[in-house]
Amino acid sequence: MNPRIQFARTAADLVETDLSVALVYAEISGQFWGDVERRHPDRVINVGIREQLLVNVGAGLALTGMRPIVHTFGSFLVERSFEQVKLGFGHQDVGGVLVGSGGSFDIASGGRTHQVPGDVALMDTLPGVHVHAPSNSREVDVVLRRAVASDGLHYVRVVGQTNAVAHAGEGFHVVRRGAGATVIALGPVLDEVLAATEGRDVTVLYAHGVRPFDARTLRSVLAAPEVVLVEPWLVGTSAHVVADALRDVPHRLLALGVRREELRRYGTAEDHVRAHGLDAAGIARSLDGFLGAGAA
Amino acid sequence: MIVRMTIIDERMTGPDGAADRGDRAAELHRLMSLMTGDEKHTAAATSTLDVVRVLYERVLDVSPDRAGDAARDRFYLSKGHGPMAYYAVLVDRGYLPEAWLEDWGSWDSPLGHHPDRNLVPGVEISSGSLGHGLPLAVGTALGLRAQGLPARVVVLVGDAELDEGSNHEALELAAALALSNLTVVVVDNGSSSYAVPGRIAERFTTEGWHTVTVDGRDHDELESALAARPGRPNAVVAVVEEKR
Repeated sequence: MNPRIQFARTAADLVETDLSVALVYAEISGQFWGDVERRHPDRVINVGIREQLLVNVGAGLALTGMRPIVHTFGSFLVERSFEQVKLGFGHQDVGGVLVGSGGSFDIASGGRTHQVPGDVALMDTLPGVHVHAPSNSREVDVVLRRAVASDGLHYVRVVGQTNAVAHAGEGFHVVRRGAGATVIALGPVLDEVLAATEGRDVTVLYAHGVRPFDARTLRSVLAAPEVVLVEPWLVGTSAHVVADALRDVPHRLLALGVRREELRRYGTAEDHVRAHGLDAAGIARSLDGFLGAGAA
Repeated sequence: MIVRMTIIDERMTGPDGAADRGDRAAELHRLMSLMTGDEKHTAAATSTLDVVRVLYERVLDVSPDRAGDAARDRFYLSKGHGPMAYYAVLVDRGYLPEAWLEDWGSWDSPLGHHPDRNLVPGVEISSGSLGHGLPLAVGTALGLRAQGLPARVVVLVGDAELDEGSNHEALELAAALALSNLTVVVVDNGSSSYAVPGRIAERFTTEGWHTVTVDGRDHDELESALAARPGRPNAVVAVVEEKR
């Protein structure tokens, strides 16, 4: 199933089963929620095209003890309304679950206005925030239920790119063990990373839990000084947490991600993944340069 | 999270501790005079004094011992600039000790030049950046309604604060969703640039709010306007002397 449709179904189910859950949205995805909105008009709230209001309505609900799920495209949820996220949730010190769809590539033909490669870096400026990048419908369901059931501020990034296998846990999964470099796949880049590292004697880690960052597992598996970080949002977003995790360990880091420059191209998500060098061939080329062709 | 402190201090002045009403105005001015260092916002502080007093003395169903009561009324000071009047009223009503006032804004003080709900007992929202209180209040009004709680939300904004577009998103939705548990009081001291006479009340009326304009220094007028529950969102424009 499409991850966004899974998000819509899980969110509706949470509204149905938990009286403390409210779903606040700004037109986007409303097509999925007609039934649940009719049944629970007090807890399923469409604010219209009003994204600043969207975020603060969620925070205002949280101030009464409710658990809001707040949703629109990521660009309007955390970029347009970032001060509302920072003050309404962060500074008030109330929790909620922000779910942004679209990500870096989904709406490729929509252009820059609907692409949000900077969302994780932006959310990462807030203390204690949980950032999740579930990478198929099963992970979306698990991550959303867990975020709603816990407390604090969560950002869930729901996108069309997927990995074939779902992992339930929040920390790193050791997908492959090797004697050479450690390749870290965050979010829906794992399948491309596995294809790119085929035949190399490397360790591959995967997590959909981006923040907090599982530094302990990274340290425990490190077999060589080379670390490669692959994340499908702004390049280098997680470089500082890797540096912090390995601050007493000599290492070399290659960070791969969405490059800063605006491409001014439309096309498909696959076109953009390729243009930023995040497809298997692009990752393999970067590994060749960093590790040496064919070496571990 | 910072746990809210419960203060036991013999210097606290309870709601019934300060003498009669005539003396209370003098007492509040004495309390405000203890706070120095934010003189650029003195006009902002004094403009709100009577509105905040009337809310706490006559309108809101709140008290210092009901901080965790889900059914308490909520007062959101959206215009967090110049909170001297607010802090003075909170001292007068027994929420915090008078001793906190003198070193406000210092490293060791919980009282900033913009209030923080996580530091100050009785403060319901942390404010300072304009245009957040009304949208938060809309969410809170929805949350109270969804939980079947009869409490109300009163949010204080400044006339210039309404220049922020976020307020207009909020006042439109509040009317569309018929939030009858929401009151906005606009303290109008003529601060807005590019103001158009009558625009504030007209804007609320056009959107479907019950709207009334009163003398922001007249306690009986304020009480009558603020206590009203007209069955739809209630806007009170409290006009005070122009900021000089």
